[in-house]
Amino acid sequence: MVEVLLWGSLADQAEGARKVEINAGTLRELLDGLGEKFPGLRPELERGVSVSIDGRVYNDSWFQPIAEDSEVVLLKRLKGG
Amino acid sequence: MSQLHVTTRINGDETEFLCEAEDTLLDVLRDRLGLTGTKEGCGTGDCGACSVAVDGRLVCSCLMLGAEAEGRDIATIEGMATGDQLHPLQQKFIEMAALQCGICTPGILVAAQSLLERNPDPSEEEVRYWLAGNLCRCTGYDKIIRAVMETAADMRRAS
Amino acid sequence: MALDDTKKTREFKVVGTRPDRPDGIDKVTGRARFGADMVAPGMLTGRILRSPHAHARIVRIDASKAEALSGVKAVVTRADFGEVPEGVADVLDNCMAGEKALYDGHVVAAVAASSPAVARKALKLIEVEYEVLPHVTDVDEAIKPDAPVLHEGRQQETVPEGMSGNVIARSEFGHGDIEAGLAQADRVVERTYRTAATHQGYIEPHACLATMGPDGKADLWVCTQGHYMVRNTCAAILGMEQGQLRVTASEIGGGFGGKTVVFLEPVALMLAKKSGRPVKMVMSRSEVLRATGPTSSTSIDVKIGMTKDGKITAGFAELRYQGGAYPGSPVDMGAMSGFAPYDLENVKTVGWDVVTNRPKAAAYRAPGAPMAAFAIESAIDEAAKGFGLDPLDVRLMNGADEGTKASYGPTYPAIGLKATLEAAKSHPHWSAPLGENQGRGVACGFWFNFGGDTCVSLNITPDGTVTVSEGNPDIGGSRASMTMMAAEELGIPYDQVRTIIADTGSLGQNEVTDGSRVTFAVGLATIKAAEAAKKEMCRRAAMIWGIDEEAVEWEDGAARPAGPNAGKFPPMTLKEIAAIASNTGGPIAGHYEVNAEGAGVSFATHMVDVELDRDTGSTKILRYTVFQDAGKAVHPSYVEGQFQGGAVQGIGWALNEEYIYGEDGILQNAGFLDYRIPVASDLPMIDTVILEIPNPGHPYGVRGVGETSIVPPLAAIANAVSEAAGVRMTQLPMSPPRVLSAMQSKAEG
Repeated sequence: MVEVLLWGSLADQAEGARKVEINAGTLRELLDGLGEKFPGLRPELERGVSVSIDGRVYNDSWFQPIAEDSEVVLLKRLKGG
Repeated sequence: MSQLHVTTRINGDETEFLCEAEDTLLDVLRDRLGLTGTKEGCGTGDCGACSVAVDGRLVCSCLMLGAEAEGRDIATIEGMATGDQLHPLQQKFIEMAALQCGICTPGILVAAQSLLERNPDPSEEEVRYWLAGNLCRCTGYDKIIRAVMETAADMRRAS
Repeated sequence: MALDDTKKTREFKVVGTRPDRPDGIDKVTGRARFGADMVAPGMLTGRILRSPHAHARIVRIDASKAEALSGVKAVVTRADFGEVPEGVADVLDNCMAGEKALYDGHVVAAVAASSPAVARKALKLIEVEYEVLPHVTDVDEAIKPDAPVLHEGRQQETVPEGMSGNVIARSEFGHGDIEAGLAQADRVVERTYRTAATHQGYIEPHACLATMGPDGKADLWVCTQGHYMVRNTCAAILGMEQGQLRVTASEIGGGFGGKTVVFLEPVALMLAKKSGRPVKMVMSRSEVLRATGPTSSTSIDVKIGMTKDGKITAGFAELRYQGGAYPGSPVDMGAMSGFAPYDLENVKTVGWDVVTNRPKAAAYRAPGAPMAAFAIESAIDEAAKGFGLDPLDVRLMNGADEGTKASYGPTYPAIGLKATLEAAKSHPHWSAPLGENQGRGVACGFWFNFGGDTCVSLNITPDGTVTVSEGNPDIGGSRASMTMMAAEELGIPYDQVRTIIADTGSLGQNEVTDGSRVTFAVGLATIKAAEAAKKEMCRRAAMIWGIDEEAVEWEDGAARPAGPNAGKFPPMTLKEIAAIASNTGGPIAGHYEVNAEGAGVSFATHMVDVELDRDTGSTKILRYTVFQDAGKAVHPSYVEGQFQGGAVQGIGWALNEEYIYGEDGILQNAGFLDYRIPVASDLPMIDTVILEIPNPGHPYGVRGVGETSIVPPLAAIANAVSEAAGVRMTQLPMSPPRVLSAMQSKAEG
């Protein structure tokens, strides 16, 4: 299981939990698991999110491994100029 | 639509062209003569990207009609280097990274050349005010001002 | 993927030097070809008809008179475009209005004609019947329940019921307990700040040249920050296959985020399709200002709690950003980045995305971050000065470091914020005396930096020189950086490598030149492509020597036996290996394709001195110093250039630049005379200090540098002006009338 930190307003869509536990070894499993466990998160997940794993930001790499003790934080999809 | 026939001199070469009465000199240079080194940033004389020298005087070519070029002597960026020999300003701009995107560069070089022809030893303030009509959005002007001042110093030493 | 192979002890030979840029001569001689500089045989001129109303239903468009005009070859309206995928629906609607015109300048029709004069005349012959609707352009007005609503059914599930339909989304970030934090404070600063919409202000207007044949094959020449994005977006809008549309990026005359979206391109392609002729379109400056990407105007509430010794006990901000006529203002980026420089126990930000009758906001250099930093850094400054504390000390005391839990969630790896603050504190600028009517301000700024899809192809020519093809338009000298990194990795001189920007037919997908990603991500791919070429060259040398390829290593531009056991062979240089490539298996190349993740965040501290004219309220910038972490400065001159350019755009934003709308919702200052960007005589030299705290996610330690530099200036200048004026400035721009009236109301007390 990995512990995922949600941003404040996203927690409202996940039954109020700021930290949720998902059984995932990769980024894809994490995102799929989040949507399954908390259907309220699906609209935001479909709009796209970024994920910080141990302080590094990932956008799309499904098979990025996530260790059990990794710090995982969901972020709004980052956009640059 | 009767076009006007104009005879002029551009970068030292006698040149003839036909243009509409409402065509600006910038339109003529870019669209009729293929001299696209002169840029259009605003079309209203505010940005200086279209700077050329007309009879030695610095002009926004977007504010002058093509027909007014009759009998004039026009210098554009394409005439600044001599053969494969860059003008010292051109060389210095490259060396000192005085350009980023490069769209304002031709206008700024033409304007700077015009300054140095009049004032070989300009102060920083004089360079800044002379170039105040040439907008650059990338560099913050720092390296441009330095490049002009250093070129002036080099040219004074060389003369 | 991310890479953990930073070579910290590496001694660079090319990286860190300042060679001439490869595109320099073209750009100083006028030979460089920008968007508007291309022509094609039989080319037509395309022109656009724009809405004169801020908000209106389009009842009827009759183009029959225009179509009948001699020389007119095509007229295009929304009716020419079919249904498009949801992902590009707003993009198309912004390029060509559907049922409603949503802002002054919104496209309603376009023509292609044999000359500019005919095109202009044709526009006048297109009859459009509008039903004018009430409009709203101010963010605080737009969220009121009775405001005119732009769209139905666009509100996200995050918005509480009962709010105006113009409120599209709400987001909230942070941790801890704000109320508890405020209770520990000795002072709470609470203010509302406002910033005006500003434009990226690139000097080159948008331009493109499109051709399309009846077989559906099309070509596009365009000034853009991302020609792959242009291809994919246009293909989706026109119902084409991506592979049939080849897009070539021209030289680009500035972008700053404003050229990360399409405006003219789908219209030009449709005109080319209908007319069967090449169509060139070039915007005027007023079109650029009226209808292309400004950034948001904002309204931001901040609450900061501080103890008397300077500890920030709580930080709260509520940010309202209007993003123009469609959802997607950069408010999330503002809400995530505003407190990012600080290590806070209690921090919370709330962002509201709001639509108004203005052009859709496009990204502008660190989109969303400068406004949030303006508000938050102003409040921190006010709190610190209220206790008579040194604003740099307060920032050092509260500053984020490795291991800090960022306000937006993650824990930081090695970062450079404190290094920039220490450098600022020890710089002579900080201790220089100030005169009468002068003030000094400091502020910090943060930006995420990105990676993304990237391809590089590196080819060894038969004579042993090297060509590099990359897919990201070079907006500030990146070809020089790629050339340097390729030369560094191959161990050959800089002038033996030439880098080009390849068209969309030549490489795989490349993310837009944005997010300060290019030197990081394309640099990484260049290094990896060079490594692949080196590996192949080592293999060729091993064949010649008859030894195992693992027994060959690459050093200083040549293959060498690795250690005494490998055998005694003289090194084979790149040139020697290239010359016999045909005899050893064929041409040699290296390529690398990656979704480059793992970009490193960056921080800056800016310091500025200003002088106020108390009679006019005008502000003069006297001295300016930028301190920023670059990770590794590949070409220091261009890093300095990014710092200087960002600072000066920030100066314009702070002091002059402003979208001014009339009561009628029409933009009042759509030209460079009235929308005044900084000119040379407004400014001093911009001093720079480059810090290098390596990014562990890049082989050379590179972080992006382009965007962070625009984050601190708004606040730094506001802090300086506030000190000089003796009154806290909370609204941008700090134009002379606004400063004057602030000083007057203070005097009247």
